[in-house]
Amino acid sequence: MTAVQLEPAGPPSGGLRRRITAAGPWLLLAPGLLWLLVFFIWPTAQMFIMSISSGSLDDGFKLTFTLDAYASALSKFPKQFGNSLLFGGAATVLDFLIGFPVAYTVAFRGGRYKNLLLFLVIAPFFTSFLIRTISWKTILDGPFLSFLRDTLHVVPVDASVTGTPIAVIAGLTYNFLPFMILPLYVALEKIDFRLIEAASDLYANRWGAFRHVTFPLALPGVFAGSILTFIPALGDYVNATLLGAGTSTQMIGNVIQSRFLLQNDYPLAAALSFILMAAILVAVSIYARVLGTEQLTG
Amino acid sequence: MATVAAGQAAVPAAQAATRRQGSPRSIGRLLDRWALPTFTVLAIGYLLVPIAVMIAFSFNDYQGKFNYIWHGFTLEAWLHPLDWPGLPQSLTNSLLIAFVATILATVLGTMIGLALSRYSFRGRGAINGLIVLPMATPEIVMGSSLLTLFVSTALPPLDGVVPKGVFFPLGLQTILIAHIMFNISYVVVTVKARLAGFDRHLEEAAMDLGADEWTTFRKVTFPLILPGVLAAGLLAFSLSIDDFVITNFVSGTTNTFPIWVWGIIKNALPAQINVIGSIIFLVAVGSVAVTTLLQGRSPRFAR
Repeated sequence: MTAVQLEPAGPPSGGLRRRITAAGPWLLLAPGLLWLLVFFIWPTAQMFIMSISSGSLDDGFKLTFTLDAYASALSKFPKQFGNSLLFGGAATVLDFLIGFPVAYTVAFRGGRYKNLLLFLVIAPFFTSFLIRTISWKTILDGPFLSFLRDTLHVVPVDASVTGTPIAVIAGLTYNFLPFMILPLYVALEKIDFRLIEAASDLYANRWGAFRHVTFPLALPGVFAGSILTFIPALGDYVNATLLGAGTSTQMIGNVIQSRFLLQNDYPLAAALSFILMAAILVAVSIYARVLGTEQLTG
Repeated sequence: MATVAAGQAAVPAAQAATRRQGSPRSIGRLLDRWALPTFTVLAIGYLLVPIAVMIAFSFNDYQGKFNYIWHGFTLEAWLHPLDWPGLPQSLTNSLLIAFVATILATVLGTMIGLALSRYSFRGRGAINGLIVLPMATPEIVMGSSLLTLFVSTALPPLDGVVPKGVFFPLGLQTILIAHIMFNISYVVVTVKARLAGFDRHLEEAAMDLGADEWTTFRKVTFPLILPGVLAAGLLAFSLSIDDFVITNFVSGTTNTFPIWVWGIIKNALPAQINVIGSIIFLVAVGSVAVTTLLQGRSPRFAR
């Protein structure tokens, strides 16, 4: 009697329900995963095939398993690869130096202004990336230059701030700073304040508590923040185009976009993209090893 | 320091006091009290300066073609915000793509987010990896690989596999495909974060009270994840309307607003760019403020 009451739905419906539940996750996953497989994985595979093919857009491309594109990608553009690493690296380090104190202050001293401060940090995301960069050009070539030239007299009359590596690094630093601050904030905010108190109870001074407790606990944020800054900075070409000038400030992104969109040199451009992606994977895994964040982020 | 005389019990307090007031520590305190907040205010100012410049220069009575140097105040551009060839069309395209991409990416991403956080099944780790991968890939690589795929479908040996006109020639549809693709991951991550604090007992309670699975979803699950879904949608919309790098590869001759800006700045920099930028900024700030207020108002969802 009780057994019957416990199973009001009856065996056939229960079995069907169980089968639906088992298929449940896959039914939910299928459409989105399919989209990513067709429009993320397939293009990546297609680009790899392109990078070992030869031919031209007019005559069509043939899969010839040649590594020529890789050879000329690596030999022709050392300057641009170097610029990418240098500018992207410098911007990441600067963003860390600016971002850490900001994230620390907002997380620990923000008080009731915490949400407002966070909102101001992400406010640049509400304007177009291109327009922000154009604004930087306006600032650097206008008020900033006249301040250097007419007020401080530290640069010659015909000087220009844009067109220099410094302008490109400044633009990259600016554009990706929120990507550094947010993960740092999330990591710092999660820290149990009692751990820091425990450190000072155990006679650690401020610096000691910071070095041995706060900073190690913030490492996952340092890792996430620097990756989120470095990856887009490395592949960027907008800053180098708008704030830089000519080959001296060109980054690898400039080469990739012009080979793809202007010169239709697909195999070479595909090889360059692949090298960029491989460089990032290698850099990220070395970095993860060095920081030892694998255990921390789980 | 008078406490020292008050008795033995005060000794630790006195030690603590000297610890706090010793000379190297007072530098630390100065840093804490003044240097850090000042630095933070300056850094946030640095983040906001270009936005202020964008808004200010939308009122600039600039001379010639380039709106780089301040010449005086005018409402000219605000009175004729669309008065530039190609601008209205590119804005329409941007809005259309952002709306459609947001809806589709939010639906697909929310489904994945639900599956990943509510079921445990084989292959979950691999799928989590696949979700993170697009966010860790430089935009330029994603854009160029999509372009390679789209162009390849028009050339042998792939021509004929995909009907002509689907992927090539490039146009609104290829931009849409790309935007949905890069938005899915962001939606999944946002929805998953919301579901992390989700109490499954609430669903079980609904089922125990006789609700079927669809009713449970509609009356319990969906209202609980709605703030996360809205946040994800907002994020997707802003990523889509702002995207330049990927769109530049897959747009062909179709213009979105950023692509139009990129094309025109070589020859002119009209103040209309600043006007549209300012409007997008104000609308985005407004919708975030409204969403925050709505979320704060409904304690039912606050958990």
